[in-house]
This record gives sequence, structure tokens and C-alpha cells, in this order.
Amino acid sequence: MKNKAVAVIVLALVVAALLSPWASSNPDGLEKTAEDLGFAEAAVEMLGAPIPDYVFPGIENERTAVAVAGITGTLLTFAVAVGIGKLVTGRNLNKQ
Amino acid sequence: MYGFFVFPGKNDSEKEVGLMHIPDGFLDVKTWASTGVASAAVLGWGLKKTRKMLTDKQVPLLGAVSAFIFAAQMVNFPIAGGTSGHLLGGVLAAVLFGPWAAMIIMSVILVLQCFIFLDGGITALGANILNMAVIAPLGGYYVYIFLKRVLKGRAGETAAVFIASLFSVVLAAAAASLELAVSGMAPLGITLTAMLIWHSLIGVGEGLITAAVVKYLERMGIGAGASADFGIAGGESVEK
Repeated sequence: MKNKAVAVIVLALVVAALLSPWASSNPDGLEKTAEDLGFAEAAVEMLGAPIPDYVFPGIENERTAVAVAGITGTLLTFAVAVGIGKLVTGRNLNKQ
Repeated sequence: MYGFFVFPGKNDSEKEVGLMHIPDGFLDVKTWASTGVASAAVLGWGLKKTRKMLTDKQVPLLGAVSAFIFAAQMVNFPIAGGTSGHLLGGVLAAVLFGPWAAMIIMSVILVLQCFIFLDGGITALGANILNMAVIAPLGGYYVYIFLKRVLKGRAGETAAVFIASLFSVVLAAAAASLELAVSGMAPLGITLTAMLIWHSLIGVGEGLITAAVVKYLERMGIGAGASADFGIAGGESVEK
């Protein structure tokens, strides 16, 4: 199971580093709908974020900035999901 | 939490990810509050179910699949009419780990996207979780289970994954349309029509990518939980 996890995380990192910088920047389905129906301007921003819009701050080259943001997010998602998974299954073991 | 206030806002050179991540300002108070309460309640229930079915041995793979879905969500593909979409991954997660664990996987991704990447509003987080972490994987999974019984063989399995994935995106888009209409953004009919046109196209991409990834993972020995019913039919679940 561990080896398979490593293989999948490598796959995830490849996608984040090599594919995400080349993603389409066309508006997505909801944005397009909001624009067409005239409520796109209703969007507001309540909080900032460390890596806004998947562009890692302080990196000149935008594709590199997106790749670094993608790698960061991929590793962060892995860490948080494993942490929560451990919490959930840990309690499971205690109960039995 | 207050630290986030010092971080920068939207860049001018936008890297759009979105899909159907509702930003702040699109939902009125009654809608974001009620979807917030609803998704918190369902997640609590999902955690309970997950606790019964997930084993500690599955946790590293669950983390890796979560990471893969996050990464894949960054890869927008162009669809017709100058619009783009990307993988949602709800059915992918549900096929591999069951719909309850999929709720947790998708919620982790949505929370990180909201707080770290400014994707999806903080007030809309409950609605986004309800649409993309609850309705998509759960609805899609039921379609998958149903179709797997009707369609036989390996081709049937692939078709079930494709159709369930497409359906999950359309269902989540319909839920988002309802929330937007209830919030008074635009009438339900035209919102639903516009959202469903784009998201049925995006759903085709969802179906193709999910079917391909499930096949690929199968070849790596990561099964699609074919023998497990994750407690849907009340039976025992994944191999422990």
C-alpha cells in the first residue's frame, strides 16, 4: 500500500509541476455563466491568501510560479489528508 | 487566521481554476448560512461512516489520491465557447474509497483551495463543500453502483465510471445554480440552463479523465473497490 501511495504522489507531482502551468486560462463554467448573466461583478474578496490564484508569490516567471504553487499545494493536500485520515482511523482502533 | 489579512489579494495575471467554486458575494446570508450548516452536518455523518470503513493501512494512499485530485484540479482544459473546466474528482475519490471518505477528501481540497489559494469564497465554503464534496461524490457514486449492476463486464465498468462522473458534475452544477438563484443572482431557469450547458461539456471531460485514471490506477494494482460496496447496500466494506 505504501509503494502504491508513493507512485500516486509522484504522479500528482508530475501533474502539478508539468501540466498545471499549461492549463487553459479561459473562464470556467461558473465564471462564464456569471459574466453572461451579468452578476460576475458581485464577486468580492473577503480575505487574502498566501498563494492567491495558484501563482506562488515572488517568482517572476508565471509558469514556474504556477508549478511551484502546484507542488506546494499537492504536498500540503497530502499532509492534511493523511493527518485527518490518521485521526479518523486512530479513533477507529480505540473503539474496537 | 488573522494572518491571512496581510497576504496579497488576486493577481492581475490570473490563473483561473474555479470550475464551479462559488466566490464570496454570490450567495446571500440565508443561503450561505444554511448550506454551511447542512454541509457541516453531513460531514460529521460522513466522518462517522468513514471511521467504520477506512483502515489505517489505506491512509497513505488516501492522502496520495487527495494530492492527485488537487493537482488535477489545477489543469483546466478548454471546452467550447472560450470556456474551460477541470477535473472535479468526486467520483474518482468515491470509486476508490467510498462516498463517505470521498466527502472528507474533497472537503480537505476545498478548504485548502479557499484558505491558501483564494479559490472559492470563505462564506461560500459551505455551499462549495455541499456541491462538490457531498452532492457530487455521493450522487455520482449511487449512479456508479446502479450502472455497475446493469452494465456487465470491464467495458460496463468503464462506462459506469464515465457516466457517473459526468452526472456528478452536472448534479453539482445544478445545486450551485439553485443556490445562486435562491440568492437572487439571476432567475433559476436561465442560471440552470447556462450552468448545465457548460457543465455537461465539462462533465464529458470529467468522465473521460476519471475513466482513464481509474484504468491506469487499476493497472498499478489500485483497485476501484470493485468488490466493496462501502456499506451502500448495508454489507461489509473494503478488505481490512
